[in-house]
Amino acid sequence: MTALDEKRDAPLARPAPHKMSWAWLGVMPFFLFAFLFLIYPSSTIVVRSFQDSVTHGFTLKNILALFDNHYILGAYWISIEISLLTSVGGGIFGFLLAYAAIRGGLPSFMRSSLMTFCGVASNFAGVPLAFAFIALLSPTGLLISWLRALGYNPYFHGFTLYTFWGLSIVYMYFQFPLMVLIIAPAIDGLRREWLEASENLGASSFQYWRYVALPILLPSIMGTMILLFGNSFGAFATAQALTGGQINLVTIVIGSQLRGDALGDPGLGYAMALGMVVVMALAITGYTVLQRRTERWLR
Amino acid sequence: MKRGNRIWSWIVMIIGILYFFLPLLATFIFSLKAKLGVLSFQAYANVFHDPAFVYNFSYSVLWAISTIVVGILLFVPTAYLIRLRVPKLRSAVEFITLLPFVIPAIVFVFGLVRTFSHPPLLIVNSPALLIAGYTVLSMPYMYRSIDTGLRSIDVRTLTEAAQSLGAGWGSILFDIILPNIRVAILSGAFLSFAIVIGEYILAQYLAKPAFAPYMAYQIQQKAYEPAAMAIISFALTWAAMGIIALVGRGNGQAQVGGGH
Repeated sequence: MTALDEKRDAPLARPAPHKMSWAWLGVMPFFLFAFLFLIYPSSTIVVRSFQDSVTHGFTLKNILALFDNHYILGAYWISIEISLLTSVGGGIFGFLLAYAAIRGGLPSFMRSSLMTFCGVASNFAGVPLAFAFIALLSPTGLLISWLRALGYNPYFHGFTLYTFWGLSIVYMYFQFPLMVLIIAPAIDGLRREWLEASENLGASSFQYWRYVALPILLPSIMGTMILLFGNSFGAFATAQALTGGQINLVTIVIGSQLRGDALGDPGLGYAMALGMVVVMALAITGYTVLQRRTERWLR
Repeated sequence: MKRGNRIWSWIVMIIGILYFFLPLLATFIFSLKAKLGVLSFQAYANVFHDPAFVYNFSYSVLWAISTIVVGILLFVPTAYLIRLRVPKLRSAVEFITLLPFVIPAIVFVFGLVRTFSHPPLLIVNSPALLIAGYTVLSMPYMYRSIDTGLRSIDVRTLTEAAQSLGAGWGSILFDIILPNIRVAILSGAFLSFAIVIGEYILAQYLAKPAFAPYMAYQIQQKAYEPAAMAIISFALTWAAMGIIALVGRGNGQAQVGGGH
Protein backbone atom coordinates (compact mmCIF):
# COMPACT_ATOMS: atom_id res chain seq x y z
CA MET A 1 0.00 0.00 0.00
CA THR A 2 2.74 2.41 1.01
CA ALA A 3 4.58 1.95 -2.24
CA LEU A 4 1.38 2.59 -4.17
CA ASP A 5 0.65 5.72 -2.18
CA GLU A 6 4.10 7.08 -2.79
CA LYS A 7 3.76 6.43 -6.48
CA ARG A 8 0.45 8.20 -6.50
CA ASP A 9 1.75 11.21 -4.61
CA ALA A 10 4.87 11.65 -6.70
CA PRO A 11 3.46 13.89 -9.45
CA LEU A 12 1.97 16.18 -6.80
CA ALA A 13 5.34 16.75 -5.19
CA ARG A 14 6.28 18.76 -8.24
CA PRO A 15 5.12 22.35 -7.90
CA ALA A 16 2.28 23.00 -10.28
CA PRO A 17 1.53 26.70 -10.03
CA HIS A 18 -0.90 27.01 -12.94
CA LYS A 19 -3.00 24.09 -11.67
CA MET A 20 -3.08 25.65 -8.22
CA SER A 21 -4.42 28.96 -9.48
CA TRP A 22 -7.15 27.19 -11.48
CA ALA A 23 -8.21 25.48 -8.30
CA TRP A 24 -8.35 28.80 -6.46
CA LEU A 25 -10.46 30.22 -9.24
CA GLY A 26 -12.74 27.19 -8.99
CA VAL A 27 -13.56 27.74 -5.32
CA MET A 28 -14.07 31.48 -5.81
CA PRO A 29 -17.81 31.26 -6.69
CA PHE A 30 -18.44 29.58 -3.34
CA PHE A 31 -16.58 32.20 -1.37
CA LEU A 32 -18.16 35.05 -3.34
CA PHE A 33 -21.59 33.56 -2.72
CA ALA A 34 -20.91 33.04 0.99
CA PHE A 35 -19.54 36.53 1.35
CA LEU A 36 -22.40 38.24 -0.47
CA PHE A 37 -25.34 36.33 1.00
CA LEU A 38 -24.10 35.20 4.40
CA ILE A 39 -21.05 36.99 5.74
CA TYR A 40 -21.78 40.48 4.49
CA PRO A 41 -25.43 40.59 5.66
CA SER A 42 -24.43 39.13 9.04
CA SER A 43 -21.58 41.57 9.49
CA THR A 44 -24.04 44.37 8.70
CA ILE A 45 -25.83 43.41 11.90
CA VAL A 46 -22.61 43.55 13.91
CA VAL A 47 -21.52 46.89 12.42
CA ARG A 48 -24.89 48.58 12.80
CA SER A 49 -25.17 47.42 16.41
CA PHE A 50 -22.22 49.68 17.16
CA GLN A 51 -23.35 52.51 14.92
CA ASP A 52 -25.44 55.52 15.82
CA SER A 53 -28.53 55.31 13.60
CA VAL A 54 -28.46 59.08 12.93
CA THR A 55 -24.80 60.14 12.82
CA HIS A 56 -23.39 56.69 11.77
CA GLY A 57 -20.54 57.22 14.26
CA PHE A 58 -19.28 54.50 16.62
CA THR A 59 -21.39 54.10 19.75
CA LEU A 60 -22.09 51.63 22.54
CA LYS A 61 -25.49 53.22 23.06
CA ASN A 62 -27.44 50.42 21.33
CA ILE A 63 -25.79 47.66 23.32
CA LEU A 64 -26.23 49.50 26.61
CA ALA A 65 -29.85 50.27 25.76
CA LEU A 66 -30.51 46.50 25.53
CA PHE A 67 -29.85 46.16 29.24
CA ASP A 68 -31.99 49.18 30.04
CA ASN A 69 -35.11 48.07 28.25
CA HIS A 70 -37.45 45.96 30.36
CA TYR A 71 -39.40 44.78 27.33
CA ILE A 72 -36.26 43.44 25.64
CA LEU A 73 -34.79 41.97 28.82
CA GLY A 74 -38.14 40.28 29.40
CA ALA A 75 -38.03 38.80 25.90
CA TYR A 76 -34.50 37.45 26.42
CA TRP A 77 -35.55 36.05 29.78
CA ILE A 78 -38.58 34.19 28.41
CA SER A 79 -36.57 32.87 25.46
CA ILE A 80 -33.85 31.65 27.83
CA GLU A 81 -36.37 30.09 30.24
CA ILE A 82 -38.21 28.24 27.50
CA SER A 83 -34.93 27.07 25.95
CA LEU A 84 -33.57 25.88 29.30
CA LEU A 85 -36.75 24.00 30.09
CA THR A 86 -37.08 22.32 26.71
CA SER A 87 -33.37 21.56 26.34
CA VAL A 88 -33.06 19.93 29.77
CA GLY A 89 -36.49 18.29 29.58
CA GLY A 90 -36.10 17.23 25.95
CA GLY A 91 -32.53 16.16 26.66
CA ILE A 92 -33.44 13.90 29.57
CA PHE A 93 -36.43 12.36 27.82
CA GLY A 94 -34.52 11.96 24.55
CA PHE A 95 -31.68 10.25 26.38
CA LEU A 96 -34.03 7.84 28.17
CA LEU A 97 -35.76 7.07 24.89
CA ALA A 98 -32.50 6.44 23.03
CA TYR A 99 -31.16 4.31 25.88
CA ALA A 100 -34.39 2.31 26.05
CA ALA A 101 -34.27 1.63 22.32
CA ILE A 102 -30.57 0.76 22.16
CA ARG A 103 -29.82 -0.95 25.49
CA GLY A 104 -33.26 -1.51 26.99
CA GLY A 105 -33.78 -5.03 25.69
CA LEU A 106 -36.51 -3.97 23.27
CA PRO A 107 -36.98 -5.75 19.94
CA SER A 108 -34.35 -4.47 17.53
CA PHE A 109 -36.79 -3.08 14.97
CA MET A 110 -37.76 -0.50 17.64
CA ARG A 111 -34.41 1.13 17.26
CA SER A 112 -34.53 1.71 13.53
CA SER A 113 -38.16 2.84 13.65
CA LEU A 114 -37.30 5.26 16.46
CA MET A 115 -34.46 6.72 14.41
CA THR A 116 -36.71 7.21 11.39
CA PHE A 117 -39.46 8.80 13.52
CA CYS A 118 -36.93 11.11 15.10
CA GLY A 119 -35.53 12.14 11.72
CA VAL A 120 -39.03 13.08 10.63
CA ALA A 121 -40.07 14.75 13.90
CA SER A 122 -36.95 16.88 14.18
CA ASN A 123 -37.68 18.16 10.67
CA PHE A 124 -41.40 18.58 11.24
CA ALA A 125 -41.55 22.04 12.73
CA GLY A 126 -42.91 25.47 12.13
CA VAL A 127 -46.44 26.10 10.92
CA PRO A 128 -47.71 22.49 10.52
CA LEU A 129 -46.34 21.57 13.95
CA ALA A 130 -48.13 24.52 15.53
CA PHE A 131 -51.36 23.40 13.88
CA ALA A 132 -50.93 19.79 15.00
CA PHE A 133 -50.82 20.94 18.63
CA ILE A 134 -53.77 23.28 18.10
CA ALA A 135 -55.72 20.20 16.97
CA LEU A 136 -54.56 18.33 20.08
CA LEU A 137 -54.42 20.86 22.92
CA SER A 138 -56.57 23.87 22.03
CA PRO A 139 -59.77 24.24 24.10
CA THR A 140 -61.61 22.17 21.48
CA GLY A 141 -58.64 19.89 20.73
CA LEU A 142 -58.74 16.11 20.81
CA LEU A 143 -56.90 15.50 24.09
CA ILE A 144 -58.65 18.36 25.88
CA SER A 145 -62.08 17.03 24.86
CA TRP A 146 -61.09 13.57 26.09
CA LEU A 147 -60.02 15.05 29.42
CA ARG A 148 -63.20 17.13 29.59
CA ALA A 149 -65.24 13.97 29.08
CA LEU A 150 -63.39 12.56 32.10
CA GLY A 151 -64.42 15.65 34.06
CA TYR A 152 -61.11 17.52 34.00
CA ASN A 153 -60.57 20.65 31.94
CA PRO A 154 -56.95 21.88 32.11
CA TYR A 155 -58.11 25.29 30.87
CA PHE A 156 -59.93 25.74 34.19
CA HIS A 157 -56.66 25.11 35.99
CA GLY A 158 -54.48 27.73 34.37
CA PHE A 159 -53.27 25.80 31.30
CA THR A 160 -53.29 27.49 27.92
CA LEU A 161 -51.63 26.30 24.73
CA TYR A 162 -50.69 29.80 23.68
CA THR A 163 -48.35 30.82 26.50
CA PHE A 164 -45.16 29.58 28.15
CA TRP A 165 -46.12 26.01 29.12
CA GLY A 166 -48.08 25.31 25.98
CA LEU A 167 -45.24 26.52 23.77
CA SER A 168 -42.77 24.42 25.77
CA ILE A 169 -44.83 21.29 25.13
CA VAL A 170 -44.83 22.08 21.41
CA TYR A 171 -41.08 22.75 21.31
CA MET A 172 -40.43 19.40 22.99
CA TYR A 173 -41.74 17.78 19.82
CA PHE A 174 -38.63 18.76 17.87
CA GLN A 175 -36.26 18.83 20.87
CA PHE A 176 -36.28 15.25 22.12
CA PRO A 177 -36.01 13.65 18.65
CA LEU A 178 -32.90 15.75 18.01
CA MET A 179 -31.46 14.48 21.30
CA VAL A 180 -32.16 10.87 20.29
CA LEU A 181 -30.43 11.32 16.91
CA ILE A 182 -27.31 12.94 18.35
CA ILE A 183 -26.91 10.90 21.54
CA ALA A 184 -27.46 7.47 19.92
CA PRO A 185 -23.84 7.08 18.72
CA ALA A 186 -22.58 7.94 22.21
CA ILE A 187 -24.80 5.26 23.76
CA ASP A 188 -23.55 2.82 21.13
CA GLY A 189 -20.04 3.67 22.30
CA LEU A 190 -20.75 2.47 25.84
CA ARG A 191 -19.05 -0.90 25.78
CA ARG A 192 -20.88 -3.84 27.24
CA GLU A 193 -17.57 -4.96 28.76
CA TRP A 194 -17.68 -1.95 31.07
CA LEU A 195 -21.03 -3.05 32.49
CA GLU A 196 -19.84 -6.65 32.79
CA ALA A 197 -16.59 -5.57 34.44
CA SER A 198 -18.35 -3.43 37.01
CA GLU A 199 -20.87 -6.19 37.70
CA ASN A 200 -18.02 -8.67 38.22
CA LEU A 201 -16.45 -6.26 40.67
CA GLY A 202 -19.73 -6.21 42.57
CA ALA A 203 -20.98 -2.78 41.58
CA SER A 204 -24.67 -2.05 41.90
CA SER A 205 -26.55 -0.65 38.98
CA PHE A 206 -26.48 2.77 40.69
CA GLN A 207 -22.71 2.53 41.10
CA TYR A 208 -22.27 1.57 37.44
CA TRP A 209 -24.15 4.69 36.37
CA ARG A 210 -22.57 6.96 38.96
CA TYR A 211 -18.93 5.94 38.39
CA VAL A 212 -18.75 4.53 34.86
CA ALA A 213 -21.53 5.34 32.41
CA LEU A 214 -22.47 8.88 33.42
CA PRO A 215 -18.92 10.28 33.63
CA ILE A 216 -18.36 9.02 30.07
CA LEU A 217 -21.68 10.15 28.68
CA LEU A 218 -22.02 13.40 30.60
CA PRO A 219 -20.00 15.66 28.26
CA SER A 220 -21.99 14.31 25.35
CA ILE A 221 -25.32 14.75 27.14
CA MET A 222 -24.45 18.27 28.28
CA GLY A 223 -23.14 19.21 24.84
CA THR A 224 -26.25 18.00 23.08
CA MET A 225 -28.44 19.81 25.62
CA ILE A 226 -26.56 23.01 24.79
CA LEU A 227 -27.27 22.36 21.12
CA LEU A 228 -30.96 21.88 21.96
CA PHE A 229 -30.83 25.17 23.86
CA GLY A 230 -29.69 26.95 20.70
CA ASN A 231 -32.23 25.04 18.64
CA SER A 232 -35.09 26.39 20.72
CA PHE A 233 -33.55 29.83 21.30
CA GLY A 234 -33.50 30.52 17.54
CA ALA A 235 -36.96 29.08 16.85
CA PHE A 236 -39.45 31.51 15.37
CA ALA A 237 -41.99 30.06 12.94
CA THR A 238 -43.56 27.63 15.44
CA ALA A 239 -44.11 30.33 18.07
CA GLN A 240 -45.33 32.86 15.52
CA ALA A 241 -47.85 30.45 13.99
CA LEU A 242 -49.02 29.17 17.37
CA THR A 243 -49.45 32.45 19.21
CA GLY A 244 -49.86 34.85 16.29
CA GLY A 245 -46.88 36.77 17.70
CA GLN A 246 -48.52 37.24 21.10
CA ILE A 247 -45.68 35.68 23.09
CA ASN A 248 -42.73 37.89 23.91
CA LEU A 249 -39.73 35.88 22.64
CA VAL A 250 -36.54 37.47 21.28
CA THR A 251 -37.19 36.04 17.81
CA ILE A 252 -40.77 37.36 17.82
CA VAL A 253 -39.59 40.84 18.82
CA ILE A 254 -36.95 40.79 16.06
CA GLY A 255 -39.66 39.69 13.63
CA SER A 256 -41.93 42.59 14.52
CA GLN A 257 -38.97 44.97 14.45
CA LEU A 258 -38.34 43.79 10.89
CA ARG A 259 -41.95 44.38 9.85
CA GLY A 260 -41.86 47.98 10.96
CA ASP A 261 -39.42 49.19 13.60
CA ALA A 262 -41.64 48.06 16.48
CA LEU A 263 -39.02 49.12 19.02
CA GLY A 264 -38.97 52.66 17.61
CA ASP A 265 -35.18 52.52 17.37
CA PRO A 266 -33.41 50.79 14.45
CA GLY A 267 -30.11 50.55 16.36
CA LEU A 268 -31.79 48.62 19.16
CA GLY A 269 -33.10 46.07 16.67
CA TYR A 270 -29.58 45.36 15.40
CA ALA A 271 -28.22 45.07 18.94
CA MET A 272 -30.97 42.58 19.76
CA ALA A 273 -30.14 40.46 16.71
CA LEU A 274 -26.45 40.60 17.65
CA GLY A 275 -27.33 39.40 21.15
CA MET A 276 -29.01 36.34 19.62
CA VAL A 277 -25.96 35.53 17.50
CA VAL A 278 -23.72 35.81 20.57
CA VAL A 279 -25.90 33.38 22.55
CA MET A 280 -26.02 30.96 19.60
CA ALA A 281 -22.26 31.17 19.05
CA LEU A 282 -21.66 30.40 22.75
CA ALA A 283 -24.03 27.43 22.49
CA ILE A 284 -22.34 25.97 19.39
CA THR A 285 -18.87 26.49 20.88
CA GLY A 286 -19.94 24.74 24.08
CA TYR A 287 -21.36 21.87 22.06
CA THR A 288 -18.17 21.49 20.00
CA VAL A 289 -15.87 21.56 23.03
CA LEU A 290 -17.93 18.98 24.95
CA GLN A 291 -18.34 16.78 21.88
CA ARG A 292 -14.55 16.65 21.49
CA ARG A 293 -14.17 15.57 25.11
CA THR A 294 -16.53 12.66 24.49
CA GLU A 295 -14.76 11.52 21.35
CA ARG A 296 -11.71 10.61 23.41
CA TRP A 297 -13.68 7.76 24.97
CA LEU A 298 -15.79 6.66 22.08
CA ARG A 299 -13.12 5.82 19.55
CA MET B 1 -31.16 -7.50 30.42
CA LYS B 2 -33.00 -7.55 33.69
CA ARG B 3 -36.74 -7.71 33.49
CA GLY B 4 -37.37 -4.51 35.47
CA ASN B 5 -35.28 -2.57 32.99
CA ARG B 6 -37.28 -3.89 30.10
CA ILE B 7 -40.53 -2.69 31.66
CA TRP B 8 -39.05 0.79 32.08
CA SER B 9 -37.89 0.74 28.47
CA TRP B 10 -41.39 -0.05 27.31
CA ILE B 11 -42.90 2.72 29.44
CA VAL B 12 -40.49 5.33 28.09
CA MET B 13 -41.01 4.08 24.55
CA ILE B 14 -44.80 4.20 24.84
CA ILE B 15 -44.71 7.78 26.15
CA GLY B 16 -42.47 8.67 23.20
CA ILE B 17 -44.81 6.99 20.72
CA LEU B 18 -47.82 8.81 22.23
CA TYR B 19 -45.99 12.15 22.08
CA PHE B 20 -45.13 11.50 18.48
CA PHE B 21 -48.48 10.26 17.23
CA LEU B 22 -51.16 12.02 19.30
CA PRO B 23 -50.72 15.46 17.65
CA LEU B 24 -50.75 13.78 14.23
CA LEU B 25 -53.80 11.70 15.10
CA ALA B 26 -55.63 14.79 16.36
CA THR B 27 -54.77 16.68 13.18
CA PHE B 28 -55.80 13.79 10.96
CA ILE B 29 -59.14 13.26 12.71
CA PHE B 30 -59.78 17.00 12.60
CA SER B 31 -58.98 17.12 8.87
CA LEU B 32 -61.72 14.52 8.22
CA LYS B 33 -64.49 16.55 9.85
CA ALA B 34 -65.10 19.15 7.15
CA LYS B 35 -68.54 17.69 6.41
CA LEU B 36 -70.93 17.93 9.33
CA GLY B 37 -71.65 14.59 10.97
CA VAL B 38 -69.58 12.34 8.69
CA LEU B 39 -65.90 11.70 8.23
CA SER B 40 -64.76 12.65 4.74
CA PHE B 41 -61.81 13.78 2.70
CA GLN B 42 -63.69 16.96 1.83
CA ALA B 43 -61.03 19.23 3.39
CA TYR B 44 -58.35 17.63 1.18
CA ALA B 45 -60.55 18.08 -1.89
CA ASN B 46 -61.06 21.73 -0.93
CA VAL B 47 -57.33 22.23 -0.53
CA PHE B 48 -56.43 20.67 -3.89
CA HIS B 49 -59.18 22.62 -5.66
CA ASP B 50 -58.10 25.91 -4.13
CA PRO B 51 -56.18 27.86 -6.81
CA ALA B 52 -54.35 29.84 -4.09
CA PHE B 53 -53.01 26.60 -2.59
CA VAL B 54 -51.86 25.30 -5.97
CA TYR B 55 -50.24 28.67 -6.70
CA ASN B 56 -48.36 28.91 -3.39
CA PHE B 57 -47.43 25.25 -3.30
CA SER B 58 -46.09 25.28 -6.86
CA TYR B 59 -43.91 28.24 -5.97
CA SER B 60 -42.52 26.34 -2.96
CA VAL B 61 -41.66 23.42 -5.24
CA LEU B 62 -40.02 25.84 -7.67
CA TRP B 63 -37.96 27.42 -4.85
CA ALA B 64 -36.95 23.98 -3.60
CA ILE B 65 -35.81 22.74 -7.02
CA SER B 66 -33.92 25.97 -7.73
CA THR B 67 -32.22 25.74 -4.33
CA ILE B 68 -31.13 22.16 -5.01
CA VAL B 69 -29.78 23.02 -8.49
CA VAL B 70 -27.88 26.07 -7.24
CA GLY B 71 -26.60 24.05 -4.30
CA ILE B 72 -25.27 21.25 -6.53
CA LEU B 73 -23.64 23.65 -9.00
CA LEU B 74 -22.04 25.64 -6.21
CA PHE B 75 -21.05 22.97 -3.68
CA VAL B 76 -19.96 19.97 -5.80
CA PRO B 77 -17.04 21.76 -7.54
CA THR B 78 -16.08 23.47 -4.28
CA ALA B 79 -16.10 20.33 -2.14
CA TYR B 80 -14.22 18.48 -4.91
CA LEU B 81 -11.50 21.11 -5.25
CA ILE B 82 -11.15 21.50 -1.47
CA ARG B 83 -10.63 17.77 -1.14
CA LEU B 84 -8.22 17.43 -4.06
CA ARG B 85 -6.39 20.70 -4.67
CA VAL B 86 -6.76 23.31 -1.94
CA PRO B 87 -7.11 21.46 1.38
CA LYS B 88 -5.73 24.50 3.20
CA LEU B 89 -9.09 26.22 2.68
CA ARG B 90 -10.95 23.34 4.31
CA SER B 91 -11.34 24.92 7.74
CA ALA B 92 -12.55 28.20 6.21
CA VAL B 93 -15.17 26.33 4.19
CA GLU B 94 -16.23 24.26 7.20
CA PHE B 95 -16.63 27.40 9.26
CA ILE B 96 -18.82 28.98 6.57
CA THR B 97 -20.98 25.90 6.12
CA LEU B 98 -21.66 25.82 9.87
CA LEU B 99 -22.50 29.53 10.15
CA PRO B 100 -26.21 29.04 9.31
CA PHE B 101 -26.48 27.02 12.54
CA VAL B 102 -25.15 29.97 14.54
CA ILE B 103 -27.30 32.60 12.86
CA PRO B 104 -31.01 31.95 13.51
CA ALA B 105 -33.14 32.22 10.37
CA ILE B 106 -34.98 35.27 11.68
CA VAL B 107 -31.69 37.09 12.30
CA PHE B 108 -30.42 35.98 8.89
CA VAL B 109 -33.46 37.35 7.07
CA PHE B 110 -33.18 40.52 9.16
CA GLY B 111 -29.65 40.97 7.81
CA LEU B 112 -30.72 40.13 4.23
CA VAL B 113 -33.59 42.62 4.21
CA ARG B 114 -31.53 45.40 5.78
CA THR B 115 -28.55 44.79 3.46
CA PHE B 116 -30.36 44.40 0.16
CA SER B 117 -33.04 47.07 0.40
CA HIS B 118 -30.79 50.02 -0.44
CA PRO B 119 -29.14 50.89 -3.76
CA PRO B 120 -26.75 49.68 -5.13
CA LEU B 121 -27.82 46.35 -3.66
CA LEU B 122 -31.55 46.79 -4.17
CA ILE B 123 -32.51 43.17 -4.88
CA VAL B 124 -34.81 42.54 -1.92
CA ASN B 125 -37.75 41.95 -4.29
CA SER B 126 -35.89 39.59 -6.60
CA PRO B 127 -36.63 35.85 -6.41
CA ALA B 128 -32.86 35.38 -6.73
CA LEU B 129 -32.42 36.68 -3.18
CA LEU B 130 -34.91 34.15 -1.83
CA ILE B 131 -33.17 31.29 -3.66
CA ALA B 132 -29.78 32.50 -2.43
CA GLY B 133 -31.19 32.62 1.10
CA TYR B 134 -32.55 29.09 0.83
CA THR B 135 -29.23 27.91 -0.57
CA VAL B 136 -27.57 29.34 2.56
CA LEU B 137 -30.13 27.68 4.86
CA SER B 138 -29.66 24.30 3.16
CA MET B 139 -25.87 24.66 2.96
CA PRO B 140 -25.01 22.83 6.19
CA TYR B 141 -26.93 19.75 4.99
CA MET B 142 -26.18 19.93 1.27
CA TYR B 143 -22.49 20.70 1.54
CA ARG B 144 -21.89 18.13 4.26
CA SER B 145 -23.77 15.41 2.37
CA ILE B 146 -21.64 16.10 -0.69
CA ASP B 147 -18.45 16.18 1.35
CA THR B 148 -19.33 12.90 3.06
CA GLY B 149 -20.03 11.40 -0.35
CA LEU B 150 -16.65 12.53 -1.66
CA ARG B 151 -14.93 11.06 1.39
CA SER B 152 -16.33 7.63 0.59
CA ILE B 153 -14.88 7.47 -2.96
CA ASP B 154 -11.29 7.67 -4.12
CA VAL B 155 -11.43 11.13 -5.67
CA ARG B 156 -7.76 11.25 -6.57
CA THR B 157 -7.61 7.93 -8.43
CA LEU B 158 -10.85 8.60 -10.29
CA THR B 159 -9.58 12.01 -11.36
CA GLU B 160 -6.20 10.71 -12.50
CA ALA B 161 -7.78 7.82 -14.38
CA ALA B 162 -10.13 10.22 -16.15
CA GLN B 163 -7.29 12.58 -16.94
CA SER B 164 -5.18 9.79 -18.42
CA LEU B 165 -8.09 8.98 -20.68
CA GLY B 166 -8.17 12.60 -21.79
CA ALA B 167 -11.20 13.91 -19.90
CA GLY B 168 -11.51 17.65 -19.30
CA TRP B 169 -12.48 19.20 -15.97
CA GLY B 170 -16.13 19.59 -16.85
CA SER B 171 -16.46 15.98 -17.83
CA ILE B 172 -14.50 14.80 -14.77
CA LEU B 173 -16.87 16.67 -12.46
CA PHE B 174 -20.15 15.91 -14.14
CA ASP B 175 -19.54 12.52 -15.81
CA ILE B 176 -17.24 10.91 -13.23
CA ILE B 177 -17.56 12.51 -9.79
CA LEU B 178 -21.25 13.42 -9.82
CA PRO B 179 -22.59 9.94 -10.66
CA ASN B 180 -20.32 8.42 -8.02
CA ILE B 181 -21.71 10.58 -5.23
CA ARG B 182 -25.31 10.62 -6.41
CA VAL B 183 -26.56 8.90 -3.25
CA ALA B 184 -25.04 11.61 -1.07
CA ILE B 185 -26.36 14.33 -3.38
CA LEU B 186 -29.83 12.81 -3.38
CA SER B 187 -30.02 12.67 0.41
CA GLY B 188 -28.84 16.28 0.66
CA ALA B 189 -31.34 17.23 -2.04
CA PHE B 190 -34.32 15.60 -0.36
CA LEU B 191 -33.44 17.11 2.99
CA SER B 192 -33.17 20.52 1.32
CA PHE B 193 -36.50 19.87 -0.37
CA ALA B 194 -38.16 19.12 2.99
CA ILE B 195 -36.62 22.22 4.54
CA VAL B 196 -37.58 24.60 1.74
CA ILE B 197 -41.14 23.27 1.39
CA GLY B 198 -41.79 23.81 5.10
CA GLU B 199 -39.85 27.04 5.40
CA TYR B 200 -41.81 30.03 6.65
CA ILE B 201 -39.49 32.83 7.69
CA LEU B 202 -37.64 33.72 4.47
CA ALA B 203 -40.68 33.55 2.22
CA GLN B 204 -42.76 35.54 4.70
CA TYR B 205 -40.26 38.38 5.15
CA LEU B 206 -39.11 38.51 1.54
CA ALA B 207 -42.82 38.55 0.61
CA LYS B 208 -42.79 35.65 -1.84
CA PRO B 209 -45.55 33.11 -2.46
CA ALA B 210 -44.86 29.87 -0.60
CA PHE B 211 -46.65 27.02 1.15
CA ALA B 212 -45.84 27.75 4.82
CA PRO B 213 -46.85 31.45 4.90
CA TYR B 214 -50.03 30.52 3.04
CA MET B 215 -50.79 27.85 5.60
CA ALA B 216 -50.10 30.25 8.49
CA TYR B 217 -52.57 32.66 6.93
CA GLN B 218 -55.16 29.91 6.46
CA ILE B 219 -54.94 28.90 10.14
CA GLN B 220 -56.53 32.24 10.96
CA GLN B 221 -59.17 31.95 8.23
CA LYS B 222 -60.32 28.33 8.21
CA ALA B 223 -60.50 25.27 10.42
CA TYR B 224 -60.34 22.02 8.45
CA GLU B 225 -58.25 22.95 5.45
CA PRO B 226 -55.15 23.88 7.53
CA ALA B 227 -55.44 20.47 9.19
CA ALA B 228 -55.39 18.83 5.77
CA MET B 229 -52.39 20.97 4.81
CA ALA B 230 -50.54 19.99 8.01
CA ILE B 231 -51.09 16.33 7.12
CA ILE B 232 -49.91 16.93 3.54
CA SER B 233 -46.84 18.70 4.86
CA PHE B 234 -46.14 15.88 7.28
CA ALA B 235 -46.54 13.30 4.52
CA LEU B 236 -44.02 15.23 2.40
CA THR B 237 -41.47 15.36 5.25
CA TRP B 238 -42.03 11.66 5.78
CA ALA B 239 -41.59 10.91 2.08
CA ALA B 240 -38.39 12.94 1.91
CA MET B 241 -36.93 11.17 4.97
CA GLY B 242 -38.09 7.82 3.63
CA ILE B 243 -36.36 8.38 0.31
CA ILE B 244 -33.18 9.46 2.12
CA ALA B 245 -33.28 6.30 4.23
CA LEU B 246 -33.92 4.24 1.11
CA VAL B 247 -31.19 5.65 -1.14
CA GLY B 248 -28.67 6.02 1.67
CA ARG B 249 -29.25 2.63 3.24
CA GLY B 250 -26.21 1.47 5.09
CA ASN B 251 -24.22 4.67 5.29
CA GLY B 252 -25.77 5.31 8.69
CA GLN B 253 -25.80 9.06 8.42
CA ALA B 254 -28.13 10.84 10.85
CA GLN B 255 -30.00 13.62 9.12
CA VAL B 256 -30.79 16.47 11.43
CA GLY B 257 -32.23 19.77 10.58
CA GLY B 258 -35.17 22.02 9.95
CA GLY B 259 -36.33 25.59 10.29
CA HIS B 260 -38.33 26.01 13.46
